[in-house]
Amino acid sequence: MANKSILLKIKRQSDPQHAAIWEEFEIPYRPNMNVISVLMEIALNPVTRQGKPTTPIFYDSNCLEEVCGSCAMRINGRTRMACSALVDQLEQPIVLEPFSKFPVVRDLAVDRSVLFENLKAVKAWVPIDGTYDLGSGPRMLPEEQEAAYPLSRCISCCCCMEACPQFNQSTGFVGAATISQVRLFNTHPTGKALKSERLHALMGDGGIHECGYAQNCVEVCPKDIPLTRSIAEVGGAVMKQAFADLFHR
Amino acid sequence: MASNPRIIVVGGGLAGLSAAIKIAEIGGEVDLFSIVPVKRSHSVCAQGGINAAKNLKGEGDSTWQHFDDSVFGGDFLANQPPVKDMCEAAPGIIDLLDRMGVPFNRTPEGLLDFRRFGGTLYNRTAFAGATTGQQLLYALDEQVRRHESEGKVKKYEHWEFLSGVIDSKGICRGICAMDLHSMQVVTFPADAVIICTGGVGAIFGKSTNSVVCTGSAQSALYQQGAYYANGEFIQVHPTCIPGDDKLRLMSESARGEGGRVWVPKKPGDKRDPKSVPENERYYFLEERYPKYGNLVPRDIATREIHKVVYEDGLGIDGGPMVYLDLTHIDRKVLDRKLEGILEIYEKFVGDDPRDIPMKIFPGVHYTMGGMWVDYKQATNIPGLYAVGECDYQYHGANRLGANSLLSCIWGGFVAGPAAVQYARSQPTAASNGAFDAERKRQDEANAMLINNQGDENPFKIWRELGDIMTRNCTVIRYNKNLQETDVKLVELLERFRRVNLSDKTLWANSTFAFARQLYNMLQLARVIVQGAALRNESRGSHYKPDFPERDDKNFLKTTKASFAPDADEPRFEFEPVDTSLIPPRARKY
Repeated sequence: MANKSILLKIKRQSDPQHAAIWEEFEIPYRPNMNVISVLMEIALNPVTRQGKPTTPIFYDSNCLEEVCGSCAMRINGRTRMACSALVDQLEQPIVLEPFSKFPVVRDLAVDRSVLFENLKAVKAWVPIDGTYDLGSGPRMLPEEQEAAYPLSRCISCCCCMEACPQFNQSTGFVGAATISQVRLFNTHPTGKALKSERLHALMGDGGIHECGYAQNCVEVCPKDIPLTRSIAEVGGAVMKQAFADLFHR
Repeated sequence: MASNPRIIVVGGGLAGLSAAIKIAEIGGEVDLFSIVPVKRSHSVCAQGGINAAKNLKGEGDSTWQHFDDSVFGGDFLANQPPVKDMCEAAPGIIDLLDRMGVPFNRTPEGLLDFRRFGGTLYNRTAFAGATTGQQLLYALDEQVRRHESEGKVKKYEHWEFLSGVIDSKGICRGICAMDLHSMQVVTFPADAVIICTGGVGAIFGKSTNSVVCTGSAQSALYQQGAYYANGEFIQVHPTCIPGDDKLRLMSESARGEGGRVWVPKKPGDKRDPKSVPENERYYFLEERYPKYGNLVPRDIATREIHKVVYEDGLGIDGGPMVYLDLTHIDRKVLDRKLEGILEIYEKFVGDDPRDIPMKIFPGVHYTMGGMWVDYKQATNIPGLYAVGECDYQYHGANRLGANSLLSCIWGGFVAGPAAVQYARSQPTAASNGAFDAERKRQDEANAMLINNQGDENPFKIWRELGDIMTRNCTVIRYNKNLQETDVKLVELLERFRRVNLSDKTLWANSTFAFARQLYNMLQLARVIVQGAALRNESRGSHYKPDFPERDDKNFLKTTKASFAPDADEPRFEFEPVDTSLIPPRARKY
């Protein structure tokens, strides 16, 4: 056991212009490692399995406890967070790749700013009057809080978008995360003031109708957010809104 | 004079976002810089809750009681007036967050629910499941996104602060920052700058902090002339999950909801914890502190766990671990109130804490010290403000649980308007050479680092830094060890000159960015270590067995470190603490 090691295959790309290549690594095994600690170990001694010196792997990370949403990547073909991917539970060689549907920055890091742009487009916020002392917020029953809280735990990792067959250049689909945020804000007592604006933002090209019900999103979501339920509910609301629009022209 | 001043905010956690919102709201324009997209800031890691004396449980709680608990919990080292202001503002802040849509847990009647936290006898902590920091950060992030879409906030994400631009009169005129993808160094002018860059956990290697919490920005500014105060006060959280890459926090809310800390009475007991009968368990916190029990403040709980393991030899299986037990609490209650943290334990350890007692140990968690600021959050450099964990203002010698989220938001609410007011009162800056000079200084430092041909690896230096700092400068401190540590830090700084980067490319080079942070960590580590060596007393988180008592006569003082460029090391002075509202008394729980 003393000489046990961990084998990895990592897809690397030096910058957005260059083609990707594969590198293999072999590092000493310790108990309780995750993919992040493996990448840290490579940085300590960046040499490939073949003995060739190379550069440390570039990847996004921050909290390392699956709440900041940074370290999403493809691990053994599966879309997930690297910090909660425990080596003892992974088949070897561990294959690491960047997300395939977002522009690569370098190695395992991709540009996911599209999600933040989408959140702007659907006005994913509660339109408060101001931050002055304006008294208490709306009353909310525990059941309402318990319905909102799971939706509000979305970490913007974009796993649901990467795994979705409809999320691609040709559809321009907005993706499950944004739709679920629409559900969250449209059910908030003050947030629903912008309800119809949000629903309108989900009509047209790339809107909610692009969803093909593959259900991959809900399967890969690291936070177990009921994404398909959100899509169904918001989809219904969009239909109603479109219908109402017909009679209010 | 700028009527719509442009303010730079560095850092997009709770402190930075709350400052940005206030500035945008009163007509300023914000340039917001962050290493990570702001929604991924370290504030998301805060779990248990946020304190406010709303007194919704009929306990007779008051903002004065919150103030007294905070000052007492901090062992009287905090200047009292700003702490009082913060506690008085807290109920209004909770209401505001509630209006922004934070899904706080509710009572059956639909009001905000509150739980108990350490260092108080009142149910004063509002919470959103066990991911309160995440929920608060998201609410502020959403409001900032709203201002961003209206053109009042411009974000620079994946940018790292390198230094302040300080002109010949000593006034801060902007910042110098590096794009972490193109590695380009750029200067940005501003009418005022607010630093909100969090704690310094990375100086201790593994901690509960996020990867970005290096203290690099604070250190850079200290090296440019800003005072750094009470650096020696570092909170070690009693309950963390040891990990290979980091220490993960197990929130105080686990104890707030009834979690009990214990070890088997028999040393080296190898039995499964569930089969150890009640009378063979040592609930050492409950026995030693009957009034507060498992909810003694963090510094005390940490020292007791340390003692039970290292002095009494009662750690689980002889190792450095104790049990934190929730298994007596109903699963449904646990899921409703603590799910987020139980999930972390489950995912990273593999056991279900609803069935099996958790194994935990103390870990470096919070930086009480930080940039010296006045009551308006202004540093000693005109035009430069600091807010949040990177300042030293509110927590004295030990922070109470659930006061950090509050201090970040309140500090931002003070600093934002103060910076705008300052900017409006200043004559427009004459253009001067300070920007070019600063960019040149940073470009040269970068060129030197990237071309260096030495034999040292920055990640190895960092590992040694973390090891010695954790060993000698956390729970128990001896002057001899502190002096040895400072000698080691000088050696590491010397070795840093021979750093040879394994990556010399100029695109998205994290090794390079890390090496820059490392240098600043080493400089700031000396402030922590020397400050600890000078303070010959025990107060809050700072404990010296050779000086076990608090010494108000000599040390009821703020430690202020300033950088001496020629000597390349800190100089120290001491400032009296404002104790005008609550006379210091012995701290006994």
